[in-house]
Amino acid sequence: MYPENLKYTKEHEWLLVRDKWGTVGITEYAQDALGDVVFVDLPKVGTKLNAGESLGVVESVKAISDIYAPCTGIVKQVNENLFATPELINDDPYGEGWLVEMEIEELADDLLTAEEYAEFVAEEE
Amino acid sequence: MSPGKRTVLYPKHVALGAKMVEFGGWEMPVQYKSILSEHRAVRTAAGLFDVSHMGEIEVSGRDSFAFLQRLLTNDLAKLTVGQALYSLMCYPTGGIVDDLLVYKLADEQYWLVVNAGNKDKDLAWLKEQLPAEQEIRIRDRSAEIGLLALQGPLAEQILAGVSAVSVADLKSFYFVISEIAGIKALISRTGYTGEAGFEIYLAVDKTPLIWDKLLQAGQEVGLVPAGLGARDTLRFEAGLSLYGQELTETTTPLEAGLGFFVAWSKDDFIGKGVLEKQKKEGLARKLVGFKMLERGIPREGYLLQKDGIVIGQVTSGSYAPTLEENFGLGYVTSAHAFVDNEISVVIRGKSLKARIIKKPFYKSGR
Repeated sequence: MYPENLKYTKEHEWLLVRDKWGTVGITEYAQDALGDVVFVDLPKVGTKLNAGESLGVVESVKAISDIYAPCTGIVKQVNENLFATPELINDDPYGEGWLVEMEIEELADDLLTAEEYAEFVAEEE
Repeated sequence: MSPGKRTVLYPKHVALGAKMVEFGGWEMPVQYKSILSEHRAVRTAAGLFDVSHMGEIEVSGRDSFAFLQRLLTNDLAKLTVGQALYSLMCYPTGGIVDDLLVYKLADEQYWLVVNAGNKDKDLAWLKEQLPAEQEIRIRDRSAEIGLLALQGPLAEQILAGVSAVSVADLKSFYFVISEIAGIKALISRTGYTGEAGFEIYLAVDKTPLIWDKLLQAGQEVGLVPAGLGARDTLRFEAGLSLYGQELTETTTPLEAGLGFFVAWSKDDFIGKGVLEKQKKEGLARKLVGFKMLERGIPREGYLLQKDGIVIGQVTSGSYAPTLEENFGLGYVTSAHAFVDNEISVVIRGKSLKARIIKKPFYKSGR
């Protein structure tokens, strides 16, 4: 449920790091807790974000969830498919449901491993 | 989650994997599989809702008719035995105590079916209004009664398979007392989804049995258990108001666009004076429906603007699953409350365009 190759935040984002590139999404736990995602708001390409800063919003029928940047850096790409098909986040949160790609300047200092995140979620439940 | 009251179907909900939430003091299923799939099932096939949390207040006795005529805005003189009526109950200020259905069971016996979260308040209000030396009995029957809502275009077909009487002839807002699978039931053609369907009142201990029977009977044609999440998006699309959002102690039936349910011809009823004044002098604000023209979902409490000036507030807003667009309901000052008026909704600091449109957003083809 929480792939080993990803880093996680306590706000339920995941981050896939490849060299200086980072792909960001929300976790299986987050998509399940939210329910059917019906709206996504993402930043413009070129936006500079600090780790922990609001990156966008994911809304389900009933709930609004702020998404926070898991690293400091510049938004290089946003997943525009989500505007028309936000359900990709429910269907494939670690794949087709990715949110943004960032050029990483610095990782947040409190990122979790898959194991740590699984423990954190277990405590939250 | 603070532990709320549980309906008799609680173990069924848990076994079906429902996500439970607190609603009106009750622990209720918000969804089983997903709100969208349950919503679509009700629009295309059928859904079964546990609404046993609703309150049933019985008012009976020789003077019950006169009493209820004074308490309710609608006219009970129109009601025959076997018929149900939607009404508001108001304070002298015109503000709404609750919105409810009145069932006429016999000449001097009525049921008021009220919102779960308002039941205690309603009971207290009714008792406070009891005139001296009259023969009126008020009884809270909620704990004895289970309530299921079977809603959707296939509801009639499903119910026909298990019901002892033909429900095909049952007209909208009429009910019959009959049997389902050998169990006594009050079956009424009413609902809160904008779709054809029934509400079924049962003895509380028999409710789980009928829940199972109906689910079984409808399984093949796509009946699913549906939660309060879908109930809310369904009523929202159908332009039906919800107490606590569109209807409150500080909104009147006229402001909410429910003047049709106010019987002006009645001698008197609580709130009539203020409502008549509102009708004569005009309303300060009105409930409107609007469609988003820009990307964003309106939510309860968001501000509505015209040319940068605040003109009102959102009471309900949602993605409408059948229409696949975002809509809202809200009160705006009367001068701005007309169809085709372009307004804006303030969402996270941004003013996003919307257009006032006619309600309901969705109308079933039934």
